[in-house]
Amino acid sequence: MSIRGKTWKFGNDVDTDVIIPARYLNTSDPEELARHCMEDADPDFTRKVKPGDIILAGKNFGCGSSREHAPIAIQGARIGLVIAESFARIFYRNAFNIGLPILESAQAAAEIREGDELEVDIETGVIVDHTTQKRYQAKAIPPFMRELLTAGGLVPYVRRQHQQKGGR
Amino acid sequence: MPMTISEKILAAHCGRSHVTPGDLIEARLDFVFANDITAPMSIRVFNEAGGERVFDPERVAMIPDHFVPNKDIQSAMQAKELRDFAVAQQLPHYFEVGRMGIEHVLLPEQGLVLPGDVIIGADSHTCTYGALGAFATGVGSTDLGAALVTGKTWFRVPESIRFVYQGERGAWIGGKDLILYTIGRIGVDGARYKAMEFTGPVIDRLPMSDRFTMSNMAIEAGAKVGIIAPDAITEAYVKERAKRLYTFHRSDADAVYEAVHTWDISGLEPQVACPHLPENVRGVSELRNIRIDQAVIGSCTNGRIEDLRIAASILKGHKVAPHVRCIVIPGTPKVCREALAEGLYQIFMDAEAVISTPSCGPCLGGYMGILAEGERAVSTTNRNFVGRMGHVQSEVYLASPAVAAASAVAGRIAHPDDVSAT
Repeated sequence: MSIRGKTWKFGNDVDTDVIIPARYLNTSDPEELARHCMEDADPDFTRKVKPGDIILAGKNFGCGSSREHAPIAIQGARIGLVIAESFARIFYRNAFNIGLPILESAQAAAEIREGDELEVDIETGVIVDHTTQKRYQAKAIPPFMRELLTAGGLVPYVRRQHQQKGGR
Repeated sequence: MPMTISEKILAAHCGRSHVTPGDLIEARLDFVFANDITAPMSIRVFNEAGGERVFDPERVAMIPDHFVPNKDIQSAMQAKELRDFAVAQQLPHYFEVGRMGIEHVLLPEQGLVLPGDVIIGADSHTCTYGALGAFATGVGSTDLGAALVTGKTWFRVPESIRFVYQGERGAWIGGKDLILYTIGRIGVDGARYKAMEFTGPVIDRLPMSDRFTMSNMAIEAGAKVGIIAPDAITEAYVKERAKRLYTFHRSDADAVYEAVHTWDISGLEPQVACPHLPENVRGVSELRNIRIDQAVIGSCTNGRIEDLRIAASILKGHKVAPHVRCIVIPGTPKVCREALAEGLYQIFMDAEAVISTPSCGPCLGGYMGILAEGERAVSTTNRNFVGRMGHVQSEVYLASPAVAAASAVAGRIAHPDDVSAT
């Protein structure tokens, strides 16, 4: 799977309260959540992004709350991919569970500038910056997470297992 | 092969004699739960995954605690989804308003989460139960929804980091100060994906409520769990509450740790985390000139009766400063009852603090104490991110119940001695 888009850059420790503030958690509707994605960091964010654009961030992206509303808001805002130096644990799990592609690369996170045009191969983790003509190699997605992505997320994965065990 | 307590618990839940950090395992779950924010999505996942009955109704809880009593129509709709699901699934551990408490205060109090358990909750502060010697961690709604069907989930066995606290706790120093100090030292990603293990003579003597506070904030260092080996203090807490059998595990003396931090905490002063990250920790004496608008005493971090007793001991005979709102939020109905019986309500009201029903309330900016632009709170809660308690231009300073109560009286960030001395 290949993703091409413009980057929007954020710093270290972007927390889930910034990704989707709790004042909007009285709904789990993806479209409604998407309207407020990253609002407290950049109030115009959702008006500026185009489908397939890429969030670029530093270390510990998605720290804080377990709210799955965070990756859902990002996905709902039509962001195609998040590249960060590292991800907080629960956000990492949640992203794979709902099928939001994420990649880890300290070098890409540090060097790529906001507005650069990227082309990214999710399977191989190869990131090409068409603005600077530089190439980066993200960390490989662990085999089990790849299995989840292939199955289409945790729900189809569990449904299949459940059916195999005789549940209906 | 030697193992840490976390490794032993995980091994015991995946039918193996031994696990090593990095292993991917499928673990049997002893208890799973969700709240009014995370459950609606989990219930949808449960249905989509083909769930008909939850794997074991005795091992499932639904706790509306975040925006409940319902703060608005949409919150009411979400709470109704939990209620309807709990009725349809005949869940014995659904907690309606009146019986409801903040989940991480309520579940240990009710003896539903126990030493040796593997527990997941769709709330990041599920790590609180590490204080009981359980492997407990927060997950998202999809993981939780799937676990409602299967009673299992996958884990990557985490590396463990051992923290050894030596010396003597000074006056006013509790679990909150120890964990803030720890996060200040290692940073908000200092234990990312890891198991934190709290040990040493200070922990051996630490009361259960302070242990809960420490384990509660392990997530604020990025950890998967913040675990404490169960001992006589744990036993005294769980024996009269436990609804099931439980198991005590301990790390082997030669267990392998990724790192060991040994700190002497003698002379430590009360700790405060400044905006906008829990790692921005300083001693309270450096912050004495900071004027506040609100003090919050409560939450899953510090909403236990012991926390309210400390706050009351400082507020007694004083008034909250004229420009400050002091909001006290007991964690559960049992905490309310005890506070009432002990005369703490009288003390809070005499001090002109307000007392809320149990709720997460303002901690995550839900309701019951939202900050306006430019306002500043001292709070016993767990996060001080941008906009966490309200306006994006507001500020939260995290501290112990003692510091929050003293600050409420002083109208600025204060050391407990500043107030007691008057």
